[in-house]
Amino acid sequence: MVKEPLLEIQDLWVEVEGKEVLKGVSLTIPKGETHALFGRNGSGKTTLLMTIMGFPTYKVRHGKIIFKGEDITHLPPFERARRGIGIMFQRPPTIRGVKLREMLKLCAKENGIKIEELAREFGFEGFLERDVNRGFSGGELKKSELLQLLIQDPDLVLLDEPESGVDMENIQVVGRMIRKLLQKDTHRPRTKSGLIITHTGFILQFVPADLGYVMMDGTIYCQGNPQEIFEGIQKHGYEECVSCLKRIEA
Amino acid sequence: MPEKNRSLEPKVEEFKSAKEGNIPRSIEEFTPEEWARLKEVGIEPDASREGEFFQADARVVHCRSIPEGLELLPVTEALEKYDWLSDYWWKSVSADKDEYTKATAEDLDDGYFIRVLPGYRLVYPVQTCLYIRTPGVVQKVHNIVIVEEGAELNLITACTTHPGVRSSFHIGVSEFYVKRNAKLTFTMIHNWADETHVRPRTGVIVEEGGTYISTYVTLHQVATIQTMPDCRLVGPGAKATFGSVVAAPKGSYLDLGARVSLEAPETRAEIISRSVSYGGESLARGHLIGKAPEVKAHLECQGLMLSDEGAIKAIPQLDAYYSNVEMSHEAAVGKVAQEEIEYLMARGLSEEEATSLIVQGFLNVRIEGLPEELQKRIDKAIELAREGL
Repeated sequence: MVKEPLLEIQDLWVEVEGKEVLKGVSLTIPKGETHALFGRNGSGKTTLLMTIMGFPTYKVRHGKIIFKGEDITHLPPFERARRGIGIMFQRPPTIRGVKLREMLKLCAKENGIKIEELAREFGFEGFLERDVNRGFSGGELKKSELLQLLIQDPDLVLLDEPESGVDMENIQVVGRMIRKLLQKDTHRPRTKSGLIITHTGFILQFVPADLGYVMMDGTIYCQGNPQEIFEGIQKHGYEECVSCLKRIEA
Repeated sequence: MPEKNRSLEPKVEEFKSAKEGNIPRSIEEFTPEEWARLKEVGIEPDASREGEFFQADARVVHCRSIPEGLELLPVTEALEKYDWLSDYWWKSVSADKDEYTKATAEDLDDGYFIRVLPGYRLVYPVQTCLYIRTPGVVQKVHNIVIVEEGAELNLITACTTHPGVRSSFHIGVSEFYVKRNAKLTFTMIHNWADETHVRPRTGVIVEEGGTYISTYVTLHQVATIQTMPDCRLVGPGAKATFGSVVAAPKGSYLDLGARVSLEAPETRAEIISRSVSYGGESLARGHLIGKAPEVKAHLECQGLMLSDEGAIKAIPQLDAYYSNVEMSHEAAVGKVAQEEIEYLMARGLSEEEATSLIVQGFLNVRIEGLPEELQKRIDKAIELAREGL
């Protein structure tokens, strides 16, 4: 059975401040699947996520982004958020004078998700009265981001290195939050999809992915079993991984 | 300095006397539209209050004080009742200060007198309202507040105009006396008409161990406001905080500041200003004078420019006369950070919603020691203003 695609990216070329960063990226994420994106720093991983969310700095020169069958290539970020895309920022800004609770209420719109309950579940209720992200530690920033996403309840979650800057104690909670976000603990068919950038692959111990990609120099060089790809990268580095796949292609 | 023109320098003689206003005998006779306007500045007929004072043009239409320990009277009555009031009358503000104080000294349109007796700490706020009901009048009031030794008062003054009034002029002389170990929290929420001129003239004297906290909020269009309260900390350990939360829409010229003179050892002062300009001009002044050893004072001005029209000018000044003083200032003016807007947009807020939330957060300054009820009133005012942004 072919799964219904949630996100389709077709031959995407993207420019950032006059520099071509993505050079013909194509990928499809079916409903209910989580995909992992590997690659060196500067390979274009973050650019891909930011472009899917629609930030104006990332200029699409060619190609399409289709979400739930609709071409969203030129929609502003809030329209994409309202259609069901959510992003976890790696370095979220502080919103001074705005309490986290207030921000969560705005994320929730009218979906009826209980802010208090969710915050308590992940030991974060003490932060509801604090200014959004103000003075938060690395782990607290991630929890704040994930709590916002859990309240927002998107169908496609974009996660940019969710494990970076999180200590061992907090990584368990961060892992649990992502599992919940992507319905990893449910027995019913999953409806939520995810695209995770990971540098260390560490988060995959908590959140299994269905498919992995290697990104190099703005294109996707390979795709396959995420665990195998990650092990290959660990053993041989990115060059080996790429040359190996090139051989297969040849 | 702004170019001098008539619109920025109102002349008392160009306005009608407030005594000419045709004012009903009681607030019950006010129209529903008037009540709607009064509600915007937080005047609620049934709220919990220790006392209420309501003056429309030159007439006191409502004056009520509930608890023991609180005296609340029209100032003209208090002057007749107490000879000793001359010890306070024009003692922290000079009657010769400028043409506006002179005009008020010559022809007074009443004002409020509030005295909290020694040791009484009032739980609920005292609410006063100075209201301009007749178009084209100048309202000249003189208020006296005395918080006696060890007493505490939370005073909220809401000032506004009748919905039918555009042009008018308010001159408000206020003299505040905070005695030993007393505390006065003064919160002023203004919502004037777009062609109203406002000249508060305020003097504050704080004695040993006393605390004065002032918060000034103006978020709607007004022609001009110019004020620079003078606060003297005359006893050791006295403290003063001045906070202002200001929005300058197009057509508004706001020149607001505070001057605190630290005249005794271990006195503390803080001036915090947040202003947003969306086309209007906002001057944020602060002047701290360290006239005694071991004083500590800080000044903070932050401005947010939402358009290329208008202006924000931060003018801080620090004077020190002793070596062991700790005085500092910081000022910053900028625009709304694009990064913050995009962050909120990714959570589903439109660009306008995101900007207005950031502005609201920016104005949401927390004044230490401000009672919760007063903070709530300020939050409410900001929220209401945000809808209009």
